[in-house]
Amino acid sequence: MSDVAATRPGIRAKGRSSSVGDTIFAALTRTAGVFVLVLLGAIIVVLFIGGWPAFRAFGPAFLTSTAWNPVTHRFGAVVAVYGTIVTSVLALILAVPLSFGIAFYLTELAPGWVRRPVGTAIELLAAIPSIIYGMWGFFVIVPFMAQYIQPWLIDTLGDVPVIGALFQGPPFGTGIFTAALILAIMIIPFIAATMRDVFLTVPAVYKESAYGVGCTTWEVMRSIVVPYTRVSVVGGIMLGLGRALGETMAVTFVIGNTNRITTSLFGPGNTIASLVALEFPESENGSLKLASLLALGFLLFVISFIVLAISRLMLRPRLSA
Amino acid sequence: MSATITAPRHPGPAKDLRVARRLGQRRHRTNFVVEALCVVATLVGLFFLASILLTLLWLGFGGLSLSVFTRITLPPGSHGGLLNAIVGSLIQTALGTLIGTPIGLLVGTYLAEYSRGSALGDAVRFVSDVLLSAPSILIGLFIYVLVVRPSGGFSGIAGCIALAVIVIPIVVRTTEDMLRLIPVSLREAAMALGAPRWKMILFVCYRAARDGIVTGILLAVARIAGETAPLLFTSLGNLNWSVSLGKPMASLPVTIYQYAGSAFADWVQLAWVAALLITVGVLAINIAARTLLRGRH
Repeated sequence: MSDVAATRPGIRAKGRSSSVGDTIFAALTRTAGVFVLVLLGAIIVVLFIGGWPAFRAFGPAFLTSTAWNPVTHRFGAVVAVYGTIVTSVLALILAVPLSFGIAFYLTELAPGWVRRPVGTAIELLAAIPSIIYGMWGFFVIVPFMAQYIQPWLIDTLGDVPVIGALFQGPPFGTGIFTAALILAIMIIPFIAATMRDVFLTVPAVYKESAYGVGCTTWEVMRSIVVPYTRVSVVGGIMLGLGRALGETMAVTFVIGNTNRITTSLFGPGNTIASLVALEFPESENGSLKLASLLALGFLLFVISFIVLAISRLMLRPRLSA
Repeated sequence: MSATITAPRHPGPAKDLRVARRLGQRRHRTNFVVEALCVVATLVGLFFLASILLTLLWLGFGGLSLSVFTRITLPPGSHGGLLNAIVGSLIQTALGTLIGTPIGLLVGTYLAEYSRGSALGDAVRFVSDVLLSAPSILIGLFIYVLVVRPSGGFSGIAGCIALAVIVIPIVVRTTEDMLRLIPVSLREAAMALGAPRWKMILFVCYRAARDGIVTGILLAVARIAGETAPLLFTSLGNLNWSVSLGKPMASLPVTIYQYAGSAFADWVQLAWVAALLITVGVLAINIAARTLLRGRH
């Protein structure tokens, strides 16, 4: 690229018209670039200003209050933030081992003719719109959870001390755990595809040396591939987390829509995104409730911005190199 | 690695061999178990994909009939179709792509051709990457405050703008990646002929990267065709026939959202049909985009 830049003065000397065209085109692309920066800034500012009435009315208490009562006009962020973080973290716990297995299989184990179709199939999971996941979750997963998985977990783990509290309550099928399960299925393709891509960046020489001294496939994976790609793997997981935090439609169908914190994983709840989607139609323009929803949107944007920024900082150097 | 170079703990020739064999057996057993688990993980992933597709075919295909495409959404029990939702989705997806693509192209061009090493370029790339994965519901809220509230009501055009915001980072990413793949020799050849830089980009680089750029646009279309959350607060959905951009506009995903949770069997049936249509369309575009890119490399 630098060679191209070096040839520029010569071209410029040739004629004035081309340099005018160059100036215009360069300015146009640069303006578009600045526009993207402005867009991000505008999203943050607009959501903050939209949520300002709520921040002003409740002060810092907005961040520590568990209230969500449209009748008394008391609103707080804690329940939704709690639901968002619990479902996303739970989804990661479910999704990361599966994604790792898929990436390991696709890079080291699968025969050549299997890799492409299976890899494409996993990537297509990411292409399915989230509303489809929501509908499928609502009509297929929820009944299945209510009939088989949840009663079984409640019977076997419900009486265990300490963690038993997580597995109690009636098996409705909906709730935090089901939402996390659907989120996990949705983020598996993102994490698995990123892991596969970074695993492929490991120089063959390293792996061959390890095989050469007699390592098994798993030992090569554990001692060569994973240490070499550790930072990017964490970046891929953060990318999945960022996706899970803001997922709306799939969660809205199965979360149960209750604005209180339950200790049981099978209890209903709400995430920021599902709360906004569900409550928005019932919020009048200019009401404190709408401002509170916008304030929650602002919080969600800040949280996902931080997570995605970390993910990107960890991923970009490896993948673009 | 550590397992392979661990020296036997008990020295002595006889024990050495026994310990080594034990260790070897354990290592290979571990390896077998892990490999089996990985196969299981992949099968689980494929199982979910198959389950979703089969559910859609099973429940959606039965409701597919000509009236789905010829009649608009009607009250429960009166044999409505999805015509207004299909048309609304097509309009909003097309306009969203039309608005977002040129901006995305220009930004991608800036990043690949002009920004080398500049702080502004790094910032733009970073922000675009973040926007790529930003929650789409927040884009909806953003456009609601920015466009819907000042203009006094939900409108189809607000939906288009929200979708355009989602299109931009997708097109940016693929455009930049594809332009970077163009060999420097090709650029130098164009410049050596006396072409100014903008002509080199427009007529040589764009043309060489065409398939890749089209792939990016197709992926963006596939993504926004299924977006629901940003449309809830912008184009709202409309159960009547309307193609006016100034009024609320129906779309397939929002109709699914409205119908799937309803208590009427025929509405739920139509929601499955809509889900089938959307998914088949989105997956077909995705596969087409992949094939296009693969044919190139």
